[in-house]
Amino acid sequence: MLNHGTIERNSILLLVLTLIVVSIGGIVEIAPLFYLESTIEKVQGMRPYTPLELRGRDIYVREGCYLCHSQMIRDLRDEQARYGHYSLAAESMYDHPFQWGSKRTGPDLARVGGRYSDAWHVAHLKDPRSVVPESIMPSYAFLATAPLETADIKERMTANRRTGVPYTDAMIADAGQDIQLQVMPDAPGSDAFLKRYPKAQMRDFDGNPDMLSEMDALVAYLQMLGTLVDFSTYDPQAPGNQR
Amino acid sequence: MSDAGKWTWGGVLAVFAVFGLMLAAHAQDTGAYVQGLMVFVFGAAASFWLIARGNGPTWTPAGESVAATDYNEAVVRAGVTASTIWGLIGFLVGIWIALELAWPAFNLGLPWTNFGRLRPVHTSAVIFAFGGNVLIATSFYVVQRTCRARLFGGWLPWFVFWGYQLFLVMAASGYVLGVTESREYAEPEWFADLWLTIVWVCYLLVFLGTIMKRKEPHIYVANWFYLAFIVTIAMLHIVNNLSVPIAWNASKSYSLFSGVQDAMTQWWYGHNAVGFFLTAGFLGIMYYFVPKQADRPIYSYRLSIVHFWALIFLYIWAGPHHLHYTALPDWAQTLGMTFSVMLWMPSWGGMINGLMTLSGAWDKLRTDPVLRMLAVSVAFYGMSTFEGPLMSIKSVNALSHYTDWTIGHVHSGALGWVAYVSFGALYHLAPKLWKRERLYSIQLVSVHFWVASIGIVLYITAMWVSGILQGLMWRAYDRLGFLEYSFVETVQAMHPFYAIRALGGILFMLGAVVMAYNLWRTARGDLRVETIAGAPAAAVA
Repeated sequence: MLNHGTIERNSILLLVLTLIVVSIGGIVEIAPLFYLESTIEKVQGMRPYTPLELRGRDIYVREGCYLCHSQMIRDLRDEQARYGHYSLAAESMYDHPFQWGSKRTGPDLARVGGRYSDAWHVAHLKDPRSVVPESIMPSYAFLATAPLETADIKERMTANRRTGVPYTDAMIADAGQDIQLQVMPDAPGSDAFLKRYPKAQMRDFDGNPDMLSEMDALVAYLQMLGTLVDFSTYDPQAPGNQR
Repeated sequence: MSDAGKWTWGGVLAVFAVFGLMLAAHAQDTGAYVQGLMVFVFGAAASFWLIARGNGPTWTPAGESVAATDYNEAVVRAGVTASTIWGLIGFLVGIWIALELAWPAFNLGLPWTNFGRLRPVHTSAVIFAFGGNVLIATSFYVVQRTCRARLFGGWLPWFVFWGYQLFLVMAASGYVLGVTESREYAEPEWFADLWLTIVWVCYLLVFLGTIMKRKEPHIYVANWFYLAFIVTIAMLHIVNNLSVPIAWNASKSYSLFSGVQDAMTQWWYGHNAVGFFLTAGFLGIMYYFVPKQADRPIYSYRLSIVHFWALIFLYIWAGPHHLHYTALPDWAQTLGMTFSVMLWMPSWGGMINGLMTLSGAWDKLRTDPVLRMLAVSVAFYGMSTFEGPLMSIKSVNALSHYTDWTIGHVHSGALGWVAYVSFGALYHLAPKLWKRERLYSIQLVSVHFWVASIGIVLYITAMWVSGILQGLMWRAYDRLGFLEYSFVETVQAMHPFYAIRALGGILFMLGAVVMAYNLWRTARGDLRVETIAGAPAAAVA
């Protein structure tokens, strides 16, 4: 039996034992999530974000939206009544980093896509109290006048690919055009775009066709949230989805 | 220091400065530009200082004398000053964002002042800038005294101090500019993370090096906690911040993990930032400063051994309680809840060890407001480590999660425990570090204690009520089985509590301003003429 006096007389022994003791919990809780197949459900419809959605997501992260809005509907009765089907792990499988959030000063956004019109989102982001008088959300009017930086889109997608997001060479090569294409639905090439990114919504999101703005990107991202997984083919009782 | 060493390390820092300049020149975004300039200024100043001062008094006294005068107290003084200033900044930003939630006009409509960008400034300023400086300063003080050895590494402790300030300034300026990894309490981007890793390894070297050259056979219990805090934070920081930058000259990166694995990793980090930064480190403070101020030995040596090993083993498992009922697999949630409940025991073991140290000295609580602050901090530690396990129970968490109850819980720990034990340590340190007879004013400590305590009570009760109220409103059904309240109705109901919370924060800040004034006058060598309860009359003059 190790006498504690021995440990507290030997700094390296104290250091090594401490490191072992604090490592165990993390190894047991984190490591299996990477190899247990049941961690992420088998679903249809999940795809990597379009270049515009990815940039919208970057703006969502930059502005700290996650500090007041969750993207994680818990499997509780009232949450499903309010927000829809509980969130699946598969729905954030391409989220680097995850945006589940920890506080709902505002409502959950996991399934906000398609709930409101683009015009509502733009008005709400510019001046939240113009559409929801009791809201305490800050104004994001500056997004509408900020041109979207698109020069580094390939670098952003390449970095995502390095983390494991299945962007193909073609997706990255065409990213510069695709990011413009998504706000121009009638332009040639839209069929190929929709093939690369099924169910992507193509239109001018911010109501200002003259400029590709940060508002375009953010609204494109919000309108996509929760719309990808095909719940008509999802069986929560399937053995692979029992968690 | 030798000439060779001076030029070598001065050269390394100069190269670092050139790198900063290159980063600024080639920056892809404003964030990288501003931070490149900061790196340049830091590297150039440090390099110049090192080379210019290298020929002055040597850094490590020859013969390693253990006389008290040979302790490196200058770096501790700098730490006490930095803690006080960062504390005021952190509290002020906290008040600002509290006002934003009560009255959204305080957002000012500017990108840099919106809640989403300022909230990380508040959390990082209070946790890492105020708390971190208190931890570095007190650990440097305690490890020298309890080992009877001067800090290891010559100028290295100064590098740790200034390097850490650079990290803090890079982090805070980044948040305002929208540079963030969006990982709560680990928001700084990849380059700031890399820099912190270097600084932290140096911190470990200084601390461990000092322990290794100790003149005492035993390593004192406070140092176990400090050591566990330093190595565990290193482990958590490195794993949680693994990310892929989009370019060497851009501030943006994408985290290596995604979705559910990323969430688990982040809250493994997040809860242990609480467990090891805000608990283990501050328990190190408790184990030194409470016995010192009370002039009593630690209540139980055996309990401190059990407290230490049980606490560090159990804490690391608690992360999943931040993810109850989410897409995290159930087995992980259950593990997290079980260990969180078990964590109650070592936490209260520590509280008992701290409070019972006052055995035979309880009367001092009446006369010594510094000891009162320390004792109340331990009581708050006990309260929030009871509340935490309670909230980690899944059925309780179903109500409390996503609400202000969490915010109230955090602040009862952060204001009541972390800040109070820090204030107690700062009050204890100031007269010793500046070689004064006593603090400028003992009565002002009492004023600080009462004003801040009323602030804490207002804060946490407002958050309990708003959190539980909102949680209940979200799940309320009407007679027909529909949800009774729209979301925005529950937001509207929060308003009075947000106003009360802001008032609580203002009172807490006022207390800290009184402390800053008191510490400043103490450092200047002033003594306020006042009657000190319990002191012999002669000591007053």
